[in-house]
Amino acid sequence: MFYEPEITPQLIKDHGLSDDEFRQIVAFLGRQPTFTELGIYSVMWSEHCSYKNSIAQLKTLPRKGKRLLAEAGEENAGAIDIGDGLAVVFKIESHNHPSAIEPYQGAATGMGGILRDIFTMGARPEAAMNSLRFGPLDLPQVRYLFDGVVRGIGDYGNCFGIPDVGGEGFFDESYTGNPLINAMALGIAKKSELISATAKGAGNPVLIVGSKTGRDGIHGATFASEELSEKSAAKRPSVQIGDPFTEKLLLEATLEVIKKKLLVGIQDMGAAGLTCSSSEMSARGKSGMELHIDRVPVREEAMTPYEIMLSESQERMLVVTTPEKLDEVIAVFRKWDLQAVVIGKVIDENRLKVYYDGKLYADIPPDSLVLGGKAPVYIREQKKPKYIDELAKFNPLNLPEPRNYNAVLKQLIASPDVASKRWVYRQYDTSVRTATVIGPGGDAAVIRVRKSPKGIAMSTDGNGRWCYLNPRLGAIHAVCESAINVACCGAMPIGITNCLNFGNPYVPEIYYTFAEVIAGIGEACRALDTPVTGGNVSFYNESYGTAVYPTPVIGMVGVLDDVTKRIGMAFTHEGDRIAVIGDNLGELGGSEYLKTAHKRIAGAIPSIDLGKVNQTIAFLVEAASKELLKSAHDVSDGGLAVALAECCFQHLIGAFIYYRLDYRPDACLFGESRPLVIISYEETRQEEIEQLCAAKKLTFSPIGITGGEYLNINELINCSVHELRDLYEDTIPRMMDKIGH
Amino acid sequence: MKFGVIVFPGSNCDFDSYQAIKVCGLGEVRYIWHGESDLGDCDTVILPGGFSYGDYLRSGAIARFSPVMRAVVDFAKRGGFVLGICNGFQILLESGLLPGAMRRNAGMRFVCKDVFLRVENRFTKFTGCCIDDEPLRIPIAHGEGNYYADSKTLRLLNDEERIVFRYCDKEGDVNEESNPNGSVENIAGIINERGNVLGMMPHPERACEKILGSEDGLLIFESVAWS
Repeated sequence: MFYEPEITPQLIKDHGLSDDEFRQIVAFLGRQPTFTELGIYSVMWSEHCSYKNSIAQLKTLPRKGKRLLAEAGEENAGAIDIGDGLAVVFKIESHNHPSAIEPYQGAATGMGGILRDIFTMGARPEAAMNSLRFGPLDLPQVRYLFDGVVRGIGDYGNCFGIPDVGGEGFFDESYTGNPLINAMALGIAKKSELISATAKGAGNPVLIVGSKTGRDGIHGATFASEELSEKSAAKRPSVQIGDPFTEKLLLEATLEVIKKKLLVGIQDMGAAGLTCSSSEMSARGKSGMELHIDRVPVREEAMTPYEIMLSESQERMLVVTTPEKLDEVIAVFRKWDLQAVVIGKVIDENRLKVYYDGKLYADIPPDSLVLGGKAPVYIREQKKPKYIDELAKFNPLNLPEPRNYNAVLKQLIASPDVASKRWVYRQYDTSVRTATVIGPGGDAAVIRVRKSPKGIAMSTDGNGRWCYLNPRLGAIHAVCESAINVACCGAMPIGITNCLNFGNPYVPEIYYTFAEVIAGIGEACRALDTPVTGGNVSFYNESYGTAVYPTPVIGMVGVLDDVTKRIGMAFTHEGDRIAVIGDNLGELGGSEYLKTAHKRIAGAIPSIDLGKVNQTIAFLVEAASKELLKSAHDVSDGGLAVALAECCFQHLIGAFIYYRLDYRPDACLFGESRPLVIISYEETRQEEIEQLCAAKKLTFSPIGITGGEYLNINELINCSVHELRDLYEDTIPRMMDKIGH
Repeated sequence: MKFGVIVFPGSNCDFDSYQAIKVCGLGEVRYIWHGESDLGDCDTVILPGGFSYGDYLRSGAIARFSPVMRAVVDFAKRGGFVLGICNGFQILLESGLLPGAMRRNAGMRFVCKDVFLRVENRFTKFTGCCIDDEPLRIPIAHGEGNYYADSKTLRLLNDEERIVFRYCDKEGDVNEESNPNGSVENIAGIINERGNVLGMMPHPERACEKILGSEDGLLIFESVAWS
């Protein structure tokens, strides 16, 4: 018998439940909840699990498509049919709050969680990406966080055996106290082997498999649903501890039982652990569960029902099988040295009944707990922040024109936002599983698909600064940039996953940016026919009263019909022609140039024509399939000049450029109009390329030729490629070496 | 040639080695579970990369006690070919089939990148196909690849030409800049006295197909397949 405290108004408040929410709980139960039940409702109705403040907006996103195999939010991850009987399964998730106070374990368990989401679908994880945002690297506490996060991701992913093929890294004061750690993973499965996270069939046994349950991570989901403050450090015990070795065993065992068709359903125990997995699986199967949690293997003594139900210990799964297959399931997990223990059964009743030593501690209708069931849904008040119109008025052309363009280019190349992230990805295994065809450092990563000629391209993109200046348009740009990145490799974009990082949704100005960003993502995804397959919302990204920039991160996935025809971003041969596809309108608002050279975050961000984006994608995919191009690279942070420099680095091939300057030179060279793509090709292919551009109604502008050791643009810029590359490569290592190893 | 790829709990390059042999048509190949104590009719056994038993202790320190390793030691004593890659090399050191030890990388960080290897001895069963002077381009991916041996052992290894690979630059020069992990004398791979057990930190199985950026690793598998 466990003593359960009395339910008092203070206890309700401590569980983050409003008076109104508590009244609803009483109504669902027809009585006062027990302490364990209060804990269960508290985590399930936390923002992290219930999406209560976001789901109304998320439902406006395009979530259907003929290739979609699982609708957004229905399963552990999204799945898209790529033909040949195969599916790609992918998802992005945040682990911002844990990483802010315990960077190594926070980031490591973020990786663990996203990998489990993929393999509980029956797909072997084939590639990961990480989208990271921190404060400025000259702050020692930021370097501590950055170093810890990179080690955490590396140690977990390297041990598990997943290639980390790319991502992004940005550094801005907005993220100083609350870094953003978004991890994406992608797996490939036979369509016939995909499995659902459901519990069906009365009498079917329910098993807990994997690690033992401890007290770590209790109320992690609730913790992720409030702002960070000086009190947060005391919540370090809320951060889970990762064990990648057990995860690797869990992967092999899980895929084996799925392949042998031994399961009814399986779900990862992530946020809210046993509570979330049991209630969601029950609700999905329109059934219930009877759990005897005294049977749960624990690693600490005297754990209460409340603690067992709320523990977020990592590397655990909830599995439903049939009585006939039970022994075989247990045998497979044993083979992999993992525990698999029957803790209950599926029941034909809308109840989640939790017993300990035969005594009932919770008796709840599972559909009252879950998103899509009866969990609360709120539409918050919106108010356009005043600063938006103010900052949009700023005219960058009132700033003085730079006197030395070489110096500006070098300054941009050495900005940590632009500079090479090799320091990061060198610490990640990028080539394990021998599928990485284009690894980190390019516009998108490309992996090959075994037993098929196809390749999969993936890219993560976000631009918090632009979404801060114009949330809707900024979000449209994020989707478009990820699509163009994928297309630059020759792949056709097919769908996205998104990670939405915002401040406190109860602040009307923040909720406004959230709603606008969703509207922007929806508009762009509809135009590009790239449905949203799922993702994650992270609110309360604030520290000391300041929210991060509204930061949607888009994970785009594309398909290449013939992976041998993929295109890289770098110039490959001397004497090739260079051209720009698209229209450069010299737009400087919100640019990296304004931030780096003028310390201004202001102005109207570039406009975008979604029709042109589609045409550009079509051009790139067709040009790649016809093998017309040697390289393709999109213009983004730092503008055309930086993009040209990036094309020179890999093979240390320079370029001689003459570019027609329709606007002030700094606007043309450092402005960030999109879509704008730099291509290189053999001279003999020019006519075909021009014709293809004309057919797609795109502007084709030949601008120069590759070769030599210098990047020369209109004589305004003339820099040694070697020198630029050293700046590009050395910036982040030089700053990180300050931490003393 | 019949290959066996050992699978320890936590091996994660077993699949890559298996695939490389299969895709490149180097012979028959099968997995061998760490609990097995019979290697069957294998001619060559591969100890793949990964994190056997999590490597939460010293790398390879637990794997050496697994049942299959007793069989591998016997197999090596009978003259069977054993190729240990990355974690497999660490296991060979721990089990005493090769001399020396691994320390954490000099930079104290995991390092993944392509490196160049100078083939120091072309007359082994594992390097017979490395006929030209070009260094091999093969990726590394490890946190503990900083090879160490005492001076007496090093002298012996040098005298008996048992240092098979050294890290070098693109031109084949062995120097400090081309040493990715601090290994003594830039050592990337060594062989036993009898010439049938090779350990190397770089991953040849990741460099067997053009689409992956290099086919140089194939030379090592071909050498053993055709020997």
